[in-house]
Amino acid sequence: MERDTHFILGVYEDEDVLLHAVEEVRSSGVKIHEVYTPYPIHGLEHVLGYKRSRLPIAAFLFGMLGTTLALTMQFYMMRFDWPMIIGGKDFAAFPDFIPVTFELTVLLAAFGMVGVFMISSNLKPWAQPRIFDVRSTDDKHIMAIDIANNSAMEVDKIKEILKSSGATEVNNKSFEE
Amino acid sequence: MAHDVQNYNLDQKFDFSAGIKKSVLTVLGIGAAILVLGIILAMTGGGHHEEGAEAAGHAFHWYERLYANLWINNVYFTGIAIIGVFFFAIQYAAQAGWSAPITRIMLSLGNWLPIAGILMIVTFFVANHDLFHWTHSYLFDKASPEYDSIIDGKGAFFYWPMEKGSFPVFYIARMVIFFGFWVFFFNKFKQIAANEDQLGGNAHWFKMRSWSAYFLVFFAVSSSISAWDWVMSIDTHWFSTLFGWYVFASWFVAGLSTITLLTIFLKGKGYLEMVNENHIHDMGKFVFGFSIFWTYLWFSQFLLIYYANIPEETVYFVERLSSDIYGGFIFVNIIMNFVLPFLVLMTRDAKRHGIFLKVVCSLLIVGHWVDFFLMVQPGTLGHNGGIGLMEVGMLLVYGASFAFVVLSSLAKGNLVPKNHPMMEESYHHHI
Repeated sequence: MERDTHFILGVYEDEDVLLHAVEEVRSSGVKIHEVYTPYPIHGLEHVLGYKRSRLPIAAFLFGMLGTTLALTMQFYMMRFDWPMIIGGKDFAAFPDFIPVTFELTVLLAAFGMVGVFMISSNLKPWAQPRIFDVRSTDDKHIMAIDIANNSAMEVDKIKEILKSSGATEVNNKSFEE
Repeated sequence: MAHDVQNYNLDQKFDFSAGIKKSVLTVLGIGAAILVLGIILAMTGGGHHEEGAEAAGHAFHWYERLYANLWINNVYFTGIAIIGVFFFAIQYAAQAGWSAPITRIMLSLGNWLPIAGILMIVTFFVANHDLFHWTHSYLFDKASPEYDSIIDGKGAFFYWPMEKGSFPVFYIARMVIFFGFWVFFFNKFKQIAANEDQLGGNAHWFKMRSWSAYFLVFFAVSSSISAWDWVMSIDTHWFSTLFGWYVFASWFVAGLSTITLLTIFLKGKGYLEMVNENHIHDMGKFVFGFSIFWTYLWFSQFLLIYYANIPEETVYFVERLSSDIYGGFIFVNIIMNFVLPFLVLMTRDAKRHGIFLKVVCSLLIVGHWVDFFLMVQPGTLGHNGGIGLMEVGMLLVYGASFAFVVLSSLAKGNLVPKNHPMMEESYHHHI
């Protein structure tokens, strides 16, 4: 599908200015698409109003899957498929299964969490990342605003808000996809 | 978000009001009543146990159960007290800033140590043969039919430099040295803290850090050896190389739960307004994490003994798992100390809200008492043990006395280390 997307970019020099700018821009009714920074900024996700990640739920469910898989596998193998006496214990000796169960729980929880994170963050290997402004990998903070999401507001008005919030530059950026 | 201006009251003192005193003393009274009732019942109605005990070689007396209970609680509450001092020292050695407002709460647990030391030594001399099999001198006498070559081989650990079977000099010396140094370090910390409150400045913090480091080195050795001495020597034939860590982990979880519970209690009374859900969250993470650590050690000990199946090692678990009295408590132990805290405290919200932590910490304090009950009673009382009125009463008596000592010490000093150089940092703790 051919679709053009148009963004307004606010360029900020300082992280404190950026944090206050995010608050100002949001309170004036503009919806922010995303903020790109060269390094993690403490409290940014808070002012952007991000909800807490639901990743731990995925980790828990994958962990449960690992526990179930490990126990089922070992019980099936040791009790039904190929019973063997090891160390004089029962065929289905529960304590023996704990280390493997623990390992598979941790393994699946970790792999599952990484997998879910990559899918939900669109980090597939063939994904083409949008480069809004290469300087966001160096020394500038970039605030991207999707014009389509802010159709209620004039573009010039948004630019005005960005300027007054402390942006040193306000640019346009379009992607053709 | 960031707090703008801090107008926290740094001079606050805990008011051990008549109301709180009354509730602590009520628990003490109820505990004492249950204990006395338990003793009377054991004195008058203990007869039906005796046939089995007679066959095993000696008659069972009701006071053996009393001694075992004293010993369980001596070891358990000593542990909680020393963990308070240990966790305090950890904060300074690790240069932790977040915990600054609650360091005095950790330290206050140490006030039980002098009492614990006296109780421990007195109980040892009173109970002697009734608790510790190795105190019988005939075990070391080659001419005696009761001669025990295994215990004879371990005899020097108790009796050196005296003759085996006489007076346990080495054992008593260790007990005195451990308590002596623990109380010494505790007093040192208290004194530096008092100076810091009065004079201010960073020098006290640096001094505290050095003393904390010395204490931690001493504690590393003494906590492990005290576990062998006070708990593992009950089952004299048996040994486990990770027993010191196992006892330490049990103490640590119980101590962390006590600190967390005390912090939440004080916050509920309107003190410590600078302690917010972020600090509570960190304590919750400690409780959660070290519950799993305890389980790891418990299971490591169990799995290796079970798997290797060497009779001299498996006897410890056979005695417990195949017993009508103790078998069920093994599972109670695992459920209370692992399954419930693991599931309840897993989410972030549960660790940030006092109500979950209150429930889990109370549960863990009882749960780790059950752990020590399982370490001490099978080896001392055998089939004459169990959890009855005497156990419940003694736990309440010790718990209430411990609470009374700690709370009255908190009422004496500053609740908050007002001149701690990292107080400001702890206000902004955010996780």
